Amino acid sequence: MQRLVLVLALLFPAAALSEPISGYQFMEPSTRQLQDDDFLNPAFFLVERGRQLWDGAWPGAPEGAASCQSCHGAPESSMRGVSARYPALDPATGKLVNLELKIQSEIARKLSAEPPQYESADLLALTALIAFQSRGMPLDVPTGEKVAGWLAQGEEIYTTRRGQLNLSCQNCHGEHWGQKLRGDTISQGHSNAFPIFRLIWDEVGSLHRMFSWCMEAVRAEPYEYGSEEYLALELYLADRGRGLTIESPGVRR
Amino acid sequence: MCLLPLAANAGDVSSVPLTSTPGDPARGQDIVRDTGRASCLICHAISAMPDRDQGTLGPSLDAIATRYTEAELRQRIVDARTLAPDTIMPPYYSNEGLVRIGSRWAQSTIYSAQDVEDVVAFLMTLGD
Ligand code: HEC
Ligand code: HEC
Ligand code: HEC
Repeated sequence: MQRLVLVLALLFPAAALSEPISGYQFMEPSTRQLQDDDFLNPAFFLVERGRQLWDGAWPGAPEGAASCQSCHGAPESSMRGVSARYPALDPATGKLVNLELKIQSEIARKLSAEPPQYESADLLALTALIAFQSRGMPLDVPTGEKVAGWLAQGEEIYTTRRGQLNLSCQNCHGEHWGQKLRGDTISQGHSNAFPIFRLIWDEVGSLHRMFSWCMEAVRAEPYEYGSEEYLALELYLADRGRGLTIESPGVRR
Repeated sequence: MCLLPLAANAGDVSSVPLTSTPGDPARGQDIVRDTGRASCLICHAISAMPDRDQGTLGPSLDAIATRYTEAELRQRIVDARTLAPDTIMPPYYSNEGLVRIGSRWAQSTIYSAQDVEDVVAFLMTLGD
């Protein structure tokens, strides 16, 4: 164990072991290069697709109907820093929402359109577009009394052993990061690059899809995408990764 | 990493094979490497096996038969929690106390009784 810590300290000299380390640092150089170059990044097309959705009338709506653009203007200015502080309490409802749920409710309420489903290409595209506007900014989710219950629930889920393999998120990403789980080097499991193109999925997926993947890996029953459990977990993860810079849209093995 | 020595009488239960059919080491090796069946190689390395991407979460199982008896190996596979409650090694033949097992898997344990015997027989071939 001591040797492992030493090796890791040599591998990641910039980060004291108590500071969060991005999953990027655990990737092969070839995978990092894919993320580093917007032209090679296989998730980047979503940013462009998101921009088309942002600018124009919502598919099916009459020409000239309201759009994200008609209220918010260019995302480069209006959405700068937004994803860094999500999930957050929605001023409209007082409930905790992540970016995906907020976008869905904007489409339902402000565009009076049928919101795209969780994990659909359209929702991933708008999520990627907005998250991209916070690239390079540190994760900085709200804390304090109003979200304390959510954070506690997230921690509870994170540390509960589950599934037939009887492992918690903490067992793998807190206690055994840096070690080999079959072909993967286990990272600290941070949320700062989502949505990500995952090479083993061969497509882009949301953070909640990743949660379900990890739960199924230990043969546990996953929760629903967008569920309270996943929102709590998402908030807890963002708090745990506080200070990490946003890489969205990311690329992972 | 804590490697607890076996309690003196802990082998009592596991010294009895779980089935009357003797373990088949060849079948055991197939089970051990099967990625669809919570492969031991997720976490352990066995250098006698050519399989790529062996894990490092647990100790190497090389020469494991020189360190443990058949009964001790059986007990670890059946439920390693009986030896170390905090172990991260999954219980292969017990669902007791497990939380939110996915519905696809909840009807049975990871291994059947015969699987356990076959895997034990395979591990017993890992000598010097
Ligand atoms: C059996 C080990 C294991 C468990 C338990 C586990 N994960 Fe993972 N997780 C992995 C592996 C392997 C990967 C892919 C490699 C990596 O980035 O760590 C991964 C990746 C991730 C990532 C993506 C990291 C990135 O940089 O993009 C997140 C987020 C994550 N896990 C969260 C969780 C959460 C939340 C839980 C609990 C519900 C959990 N994991 C449980 C093994 C595990
Ligand atoms: C009719 C005007 C209008 C339209 C159309 C509209 N929005 Fe908004 N949006 C607002 C207002 C006002 C707010 C701030 C109050 C709130 O959160 O509801 C907001 C808030 C947001 C936020 C949260 C920002 C923050 O700082 O927390 C996001 C993200 C967002 N909108 C995305 C979108 C997207 C994506 C679309 C198009 C699919 C869209 N909006 C369409 C008016 C609009
Ligand atoms: C999720 C990780 C994981 C999996 C999967 C796993 N083990 Fe383990 N195993 C461990 C760890 C960690 C230890 C170290 C002792 C402990 O914590 O109980 C261990 C210890 C052992 C030991 C004792 C080794 C020693 O040197 O003392 C044996 C034997 C063993 N495992 C066999 C197996 C077999 C056989 C399988 C598959 C049927 C398996 N393990 C699957 C993690 C795992």
